[in-house]
Amino acid sequence: MADRTPWSLSGALRGMFAKKTIDDDTWEDLEDALIGADFGPTITDSVIDELREQVRKYATTDPDDLKRMLRENLEERLARLDPTLTLSARPAVVLVVGVNGVGKTTTIGKFSRFLVTRGRSVVVGAADTFRAAAVEQLATWAERGGAQIVRPQQQGQDPASVAFQTVEKAIAEGIDIAVIDTAGRLQTKSGLMDELTKIRRVIEKQTEIAEVLLVLDATTGQNGLAQAEAFIEHAGVTGLVLTKLDGSAKGGFVLAVQERTGIPIKLVGQGEGIGDLTGFTPHVFVQNLVG
Amino acid sequence: MATFGNLTDRLADTFKNLRGKGKLSPADIDGTVREIRRALLDADVALDVVKEFTGKVRERALSDEVSKALNPAQQVVQIVNEELVGILGGEQRRLRFAKTAPTVIMLAGLQGAGKTTLAGKLAKWLAGEGHTPLLVAADLQRPNAVTQLQVVGEQAGAQVFAPEPGNGVGNPVKVAKDSIRFAKDKQYDVVIVDTAGRLGVDAELMKQAGDIRKAVDPDEVLFVIDAMIGQDAVATAKAFQDGVDFTGVVLTKLDGDSRGGAALSVASVTGRPIIFASTGERLEDFEPFHPERMASRILDLGDILTLIEQA
Ligand SMILES: Nc1nc2c(ncn2[C@@H]2O[C@H](COP(=O)(O)OP(=O)(O)OP(=O)(O)O)[C@@H](O)[C@H]2O)c(=O)[nH]1
Ligand SMILES: Nc1nc2c(ncn2[C@@H]2O[C@H](COP(=O)(O)OP(=O)(O)OP(=O)(O)O)[C@@H](O)[C@H]2O)c(=O)[nH]1
Ligand SMILES: [Mg+2]
Ligand SMILES: [Mg+2]
Repeated sequence: MADRTPWSLSGALRGMFAKKTIDDDTWEDLEDALIGADFGPTITDSVIDELREQVRKYATTDPDDLKRMLRENLEERLARLDPTLTLSARPAVVLVVGVNGVGKTTTIGKFSRFLVTRGRSVVVGAADTFRAAAVEQLATWAERGGAQIVRPQQQGQDPASVAFQTVEKAIAEGIDIAVIDTAGRLQTKSGLMDELTKIRRVIEKQTEIAEVLLVLDATTGQNGLAQAEAFIEHAGVTGLVLTKLDGSAKGGFVLAVQERTGIPIKLVGQGEGIGDLTGFTPHVFVQNLVG
Repeated sequence: MATFGNLTDRLADTFKNLRGKGKLSPADIDGTVREIRRALLDADVALDVVKEFTGKVRERALSDEVSKALNPAQQVVQIVNEELVGILGGEQRRLRFAKTAPTVIMLAGLQGAGKTTLAGKLAKWLAGEGHTPLLVAADLQRPNAVTQLQVVGEQAGAQVFAPEPGNGVGNPVKVAKDSIRFAKDKQYDVVIVDTAGRLGVDAELMKQAGDIRKAVDPDEVLFVIDAMIGQDAVATAKAFQDGVDFTGVVLTKLDGDSRGGAALSVASVTGRPIIFASTGERLEDFEPFHPERMASRILDLGDILTLIEQA
């Protein structure tokens, strides 16, 4: 394994840009590369149509021009939405949702640290009362991140009541930010999706929710779209977090998610360490992708 | 399980266009192959696998076997189905047990794929079959992975071998090695080794997984993969094949609506059989993987044949 270099779009595109002129193979290679990065057939077609049009308009045959156009095209698409987190309310309540195993709890650990090092006080709420050892896992992350934690008082307690108690504590003690962890759930499970709606409702009785972050795993394929649509409907998502970008997957599906839903990517996770979380910068994302 | 649902719809639409055609022109076949390609890509089947697959289907569709068939469109459907079943592994493959106990099963895969949950599922199922499984906590990295396995073990009614606390403390290779001696002493007849999630590109952790494999000499190494994975399935599967040389695949989270193209990708690229399907968060939510059933579900063959026959 050690000698394998990770897959990258730039690797996939290398042959194509090494050529002297743009020809039919160029377009086919480009299509393959975009599909391989999980952009999906629809976005891929749309990007290629636009680039063909541009190449025609500027009458260029130089693959370097095409590369620049590709970079600009993707960057422009990704930059259409504002990635700023809205955390000015006090307390600012952040609800974290997503399907199973995408990295919600880990992201909360990293995010807490991020906020605490910027001088904010943070409390996390362990509203995943279902998964084995989820509370202990969050407690470990809270400790690493320098956040307080509200745990369920008994096994299997209603997650909405844990969320309520977390916000209650933040209000009573003047804690700046309350971040609520929820159990992973597949978007097709209507009972579990209704539970999220209930958690929202219960929090909103106390205060407005500042951000609802949907965590998406970069290794996901086209199912990411279905995930986003369902969580937007049931949880009122305001931002996306893309995790596991340290792997070989490129997470191209998020572009389709952004375009289809109008919800911006706000944070990016790139590892299992507490410092491995950054804001989303279209330029950097595209640079890593296209090279 | 609604896996592949949309792929089925797509293919059904495609084949509907062919119905009633006594003879298929090369243009008909190209159009159909394009639709199949598109449907498979939407289902996250890896691009190389799609190309190979559609190439084969196209070649066979243009051959005598179709032009001489009574109903050429129906014949194309059958070809697609046959090729799908072929890739998915043909016959169902059962778990292999050691001639002399203990049987050792090692689990490996990406972060969050469902390994620890599967460990519990296997333990519960094996205990129900009269075995005495031992779960081994060799993920000493992910926060509270050891605690998680202990909870899962308790739910499954199985013993957990957890000499190290984890959260960065302890050597997983040593734990794995010691667990085999422990199992022999205490006469557990199946040992299930849970390992930390790792990325295909993480050479260091991949080597550690290889070392765990060497230390326990497993009868099965199961590569656990999330059915929602996209095009990365191939790179990841190859990395795990190089790193731990897995003997079988488990597809998880099949209770969702992902089309699970990874099943095709991984089976095709590694040649390893898919042995189990994981279909939920509860320990009883898993079943043996049936290639035939999966393939006919991909195509919804019965319905498509009816459509064509009605033409
Ligand atoms: N490589 C890598 N691994 C990550 C990243 N984020 C999370 N993980 C790992 O992914 C696995 C699952 O992370 P969790 O935080 O438990 O995910 P979750 O969404 O809370 O899972 P559930 O609560 O079970 O739904 C763990 O092994 C994490 O260490 C990341 O950015 N990169
Ligand atoms: N819906 C569904 N969820 C599953 C399935 N299998 C596992 N999960 C969930 O997926 C999440 C991750 O499962 P784990 O068993 O912790 O995964 P893992 O591979 O051990 O994760 P790491 O140890 O962090 O690499 C948990 O929320 C599980 O409940 C399944 O078949 N269906
Ligand atoms: Mg969690
Ligand atoms: Mg685990």
